[in-house]
Amino acid sequence: MNNGMKVLTNGILKENPTFVLVLGMCPTLATTTSAINGMSMGLATMFVLVCSNVVISLLKNLIPDKVRIPAFIVVIATFVTMVQLLMQAYLPAIYDVLGLFIPLIVVNCIVLGRAEAFAAKNNVGLSALDGIGMGLGFTLALTLLGAVRELLGTGACFGFRLFPDNYGALVFVLAPGAFIALAYLMVIINKIQNK
Amino acid sequence: MEKLQSSFKNMALSLTIIAMVAAAALAGVYMLTLENINAQKRAKQEAAKLAVLNGQEGVAVETSVDGFGGTIRVMVGFDAEGNILGYEILEHQETPGLGSHMVHWFKNADKPGQNIIGRKAGGLQVSKDGGDVDAITAATITSRAFLKAVNQAYAEQFGAEAHTGASQLNKVEEGVVEEGVVEEVTDDTNPEAELEAELLQDAQEMEQIMEMEVDHE
Amino acid sequence: MVYFLIFISAIFVNNIVLSQFLGICPFLGVSKKIDTAMGMSAAVIFVLTLATVVTYLLQMVLVAWGLEFLQTILFILIIAALVQMIEIILKKISPSLYQALGVFLPLITTNCCILGVAILVANGTEKLPMGAEHGMLTGTLFAFATALGFGLALILFAGIREQLALAKVPEAMKGTPIALLTAGLLAMAFMGFSGVV
Repeated sequence: MNNGMKVLTNGILKENPTFVLVLGMCPTLATTTSAINGMSMGLATMFVLVCSNVVISLLKNLIPDKVRIPAFIVVIATFVTMVQLLMQAYLPAIYDVLGLFIPLIVVNCIVLGRAEAFAAKNNVGLSALDGIGMGLGFTLALTLLGAVRELLGTGACFGFRLFPDNYGALVFVLAPGAFIALAYLMVIINKIQNK
Repeated sequence: MEKLQSSFKNMALSLTIIAMVAAAALAGVYMLTLENINAQKRAKQEAAKLAVLNGQEGVAVETSVDGFGGTIRVMVGFDAEGNILGYEILEHQETPGLGSHMVHWFKNADKPGQNIIGRKAGGLQVSKDGGDVDAITAATITSRAFLKAVNQAYAEQFGAEAHTGASQLNKVEEGVVEEGVVEEVTDDTNPEAELEAELLQDAQEMEQIMEMEVDHE
Repeated sequence: MVYFLIFISAIFVNNIVLSQFLGICPFLGVSKKIDTAMGMSAAVIFVLTLATVVTYLLQMVLVAWGLEFLQTILFILIIAALVQMIEIILKKISPSLYQALGVFLPLITTNCCILGVAILVANGTEKLPMGAEHGMLTGTLFAFATALGFGLALILFAGIREQLALAKVPEAMKGTPIALLTAGLLAMAFMGFSGVV
């Protein structure tokens, strides 16, 4: 079980996909206009990550090496489409907000990357844990970035107003703010890790 | 279990089976969610209708204009005299934090200068253009587009008898206002509907002529 | 006239990287030197335009058969196949370019820019200037212009980064953070184009 814990926490801290591996940047910058949006995106991605990791790990011996990339893509795309349909049916508000970026989970480098680097070489249990760990790391990163942008940009956090809208620096909700906010978050985390 | 060799047969078989299972699974989930998805779309439309009418009797009109960042779709509720009962923004791509404020800006009861609820539609303009509606700070273009949409909805419903198109076929009888009637009206003219209306008119005229001929006999 | 506006809109006003957030991974990864940036841009222009046309046609078939829910899966498979094809063709025609692009070509498959634009155009939801009708021609022009915009952002960024490599950067900011910050400033600059179209 020790091994399992190591795998789980790996994705959250040591190899955090956003702050350390710098993968999956597109949804990170685009969907973090608020804490809730960032969290939803992270959770949707985690769902796909865990499911695809598990299935690929189960099938790893049945997929000949030469066709592994297309096979992985089919599996991942299937789960992404499932998430699309389920969200459209049961969570339409979030579906509208995340929009184009839900189908784009299929090209999220994290998902294909973990399938190739981990699930194809490890058993189902560890693959599932890796999926959860990476997914959690991604979700935490996105929620954090979303919270920072929401707070600085509109004075609210998770929808709770902390100071009046007029004092917010609107740029943080817009495109440039995403880059800048993420840059400084990385700097802070770098400093903490290097201490 | 040994990993399968990359022979052509294995590759083709493996991919085909995976693809088939995937397609089947997806079709299953699709069937499961289809009803819900359609229900959601309907519910959205219904909710918008209810919201714009604010619990009163009137007509809800949907229209769309070009805004600052893209198309804005608005649904406006009018009473029999053309006063605005309420509005809902159905879809927009305006700047978040600026133009996006139009969702609640123009129905702010605490700020009569910008509140359009209760006003008569048809000639609403922002103060910059000589009107009496306060535009959103730093989002004049969006404000202009929004008011254009409201005026447009009003014109389609109450004014402009000369307007042909789909709306004519659904036109409400004069003096009688149906509760919660929704009409789809868009910015561009609909040539097909115009043709239909014309053909309908021709057919009716033909009937009248034939009736007259019958009478003569 | 409206076709000219499509170019202005897609390259400057709604730049795919700096305002739509698609294509960030290669944007951060390939932009360290101007030549690789140019190579990647060329590859993207080719793949994006071709992929958009093919997927647009496929979407018409999907809609006719009521199979829209297979859009994601089929689109990404087509894009992956196209990239493979281009790799093979490039190897034959221009081995030097093939060498220069190296690992980046297969990476285009996971470039969210390609799939993103393909989906937008196929669904008729791409951002076109007012007066432009959604259709195959405008969609293709949009894709081509978008790729040009991607190339522009990429090459601009590469130019800046080459200079940045010579500057004194605080330790904690070296690498990705300073790149992101620069990208943010570049995005701010491009925001100046908003409202032009």
